This record gives sequence, C-alpha cells and structure tokens, in this order.
Amino acid sequence: MSDSRSSMRTPLGRVRNLGASHSGTTDFWRQRLTAVAMTLLIVPVLFVVLTLVGRNHAGATQILGSLPIAIILLLFIVASTWHMKIGMQVVIEDYVHNEKLKLAGIMANNFFCAAVALASIYALLKLSSGV
Amino acid sequence: MVEFALPKNSKISGGKTWPKPAGATETREFKIYRWNPDDGKNPSVDTYYVDTNDCGPMVLDGLIWIKNHIDPTLTFRRSCREGVCGSCAMNIDGQNTLACTKSMHDVKDGAVKVNPLPHQPVVKDLVPDLTNFYAQYASIEPWLKTTTPTPQKEWKQSHEDREKLDGLYECILCACCSTSCPSYWWNSERFLGPAALLQATRWVTDSRDEATGERLDNLEDPFRLYRCHTIMNCAKACPKGLNPSEAIAELKLKLVERQM
Repeated sequence: MSDSRSSMRTPLGRVRNLGASHSGTTDFWRQRLTAVAMTLLIVPVLFVVLTLVGRNHAGATQILGSLPIAIILLLFIVASTWHMKIGMQVVIEDYVHNEKLKLAGIMANNFFCAAVALASIYALLKLSSGV
Repeated sequence: MVEFALPKNSKISGGKTWPKPAGATETREFKIYRWNPDDGKNPSVDTYYVDTNDCGPMVLDGLIWIKNHIDPTLTFRRSCREGVCGSCAMNIDGQNTLACTKSMHDVKDGAVKVNPLPHQPVVKDLVPDLTNFYAQYASIEPWLKTTTPTPQKEWKQSHEDREKLDGLYECILCACCSTSCPSYWWNSERFLGPAALLQATRWVTDSRDEATGERLDNLEDPFRLYRCHTIMNCAKACPKGLNPSEAIAELKLKLVERQM
C-alpha cells in the first residue's frame, strides 16, 4: 500500500482508500466450480493415465483418439490450470505487498498458467489425432 | 513481502523477575510482555508471582493484583471485568481471549504467559493501538439505513427475522478474532478482518435495513472480503463463542446469489 501509518490521512480515509473494486466474486465462484469439476474428473483421469502406463506411442494415440477420453482430459486440463491460476494469484496477493512486484507476479502467473494449458492441450490434440 | 520475523526494535530481550510476595503460601507465576515507549528499550518479558490466596481466579484479577501490589507501571485496558466490554482482550497462553473471563487455573502448564493482541502496534505493555480496527468497523457503516420515511413507532421485524441476527449482534468488538487471523496480519490495511465482516453480515442480514445491495457493493473486493480463506482462527478465538467465518461465508454466498 502506498499509504503508510505515518501518513496524515484519517484512519477512515485509509480504510476506504480507493473504494471497493466490485470484483472477486467471479474468481471465488470459478475456484469452487473448477474444484468440483476436478473432484468429478480425477477418477476417470487417473484411470486413463494408468491405462497409458507402459504403452508405446501407437498405443497412446489409440487410447487418446477416443472422443470421450480426449474430452475428459481436455476438461481436466482447463479446470486444473484455471484453478491453479486463481489459487496462485491468491497466494501472491496474500504475501507480496510491493505493488510492482505483485503486478509482475500476477502477470507471470497468468502467462505461466496459459502456457501450461495451451501446451497440454496442443500435446493432447496432437496425440488424439494420431500424429 | 510479508514479515515473518519481528522488526529489530520489537525483538524481545531479557526481563525482570520480581521477588515472590512475602508470606504468600501459594503463588502463580505470570510472564508478562512489557514495553515502554518512553525508555527507548526493546520489549521484555517480566516475571511476577501472584499470591493466589489474596487474588480472584481470573487472569485479569492477577493483572490487577500485580498492578496494586507489585508494579503500578504495568499497563493494560480493563473495564467491566465480566466479558461485556471487550477492553481486556489480550493473548493469554498463546490464545487471544478476554483476561476477565479466562481463569488462570485453565492455563495448565507453568507460567501464565500474557502478551498484547498480536500484530498490532503497541501503545504500551498490553495496550494495542486499535485505530485501524475501529476505522474498519466505521467503514461498514454499522447503523440502520433506510429510504422509507421513519414510521411513527418502531421499525417492525418478525420474530423469525430477529432470530437471524442471533450469533451476530453479540459481538463486543474486542478484536480477539481479527488479530488472530493470519490474513489480517498480512493485509490488515486492506482486509476488513473477521470482526468488521461479522458486523457487516449483521447489517446485511437485518430485515429492517434497506441498503443491503449497497452494503454488499462496498464489500465486494478481493481484499476487503475475499482475503478470508476460512482459516477459522477467528471462531476459535472468539470469547463470546461466535463464528465470524460462518458470517463471512454468508456474505460470499449472498454475493454469488445475486450474480446467478
């Protein structure tokens, strides 16, 4: 915060500061939505991962070529990376108080989660289409 | 970054051990945080012995006994001595609570350790500076807000609607909950904290109030409200047995509800 306790601003002025941002509820809801989605998806995902163990490339493309399996994995990738993004942002907001560092951290977190999601989706689509 | 260690001038050093009271047959050891803004020294923990045969059973009784019989410079807030005013909130045996309702016999092992409420600036000894805490309470505008002209008699409320305020109106603003909350420690300038949010729920829930939406607007913020991660230290600390965590969850639910 730019305002320190040594500022001559009144305590109420400091508390009100820039006002409420009228946001946060969407992230709060999405974090719960993705948590429930992951709870439902984790068993089929683990099942798919276990069936992939020990298979060669041809075997893997055959399993991942199945539409329901590919969709389950895609949903899991989207839910988990979104959850990861919101969760990490909460951690950054909790502990990083330097405004510039916080903005940079949140930006890096967004880039990282988007990269993980897109790389995973690309790899899955590539294998699903038998390449 | 968040501070995990005490600043240099807050590190606790040494402390004086006061002699046991002469002629006392049974004593209880008290280890009390001391800091004087005027002597330029770091805080210390002084050791006192209270004559339990000459003193009431509560920790506050012990503190008053020490102030009267051993060390008149010991500074703490107290008023009602029956858990109604919230003045004597402090950290006793590692738990934020009211010194007047905490029995010294409930502190099982060794000395009764008494510290000021955590993570607040200290004014002197056991007196924390709660300016920010009170400003946060003021910021939720804790009064009935209506647009409808005031009726000739009282604003009416059904028994059912009145019951919804149970568990909310009893808060005495002692600050035990807010100062036990890690989220409040890390972001006390932006997170309103469990006490102010419980009070906000009290006004959002009040059927007579006509500013519910406006109140929710002022709370909907990643810092003001959503720093609460349901850690539940607040519910554990509350000397009145209230559950601020649950009250905050109600606020979040209402905010989701108005979006769906």
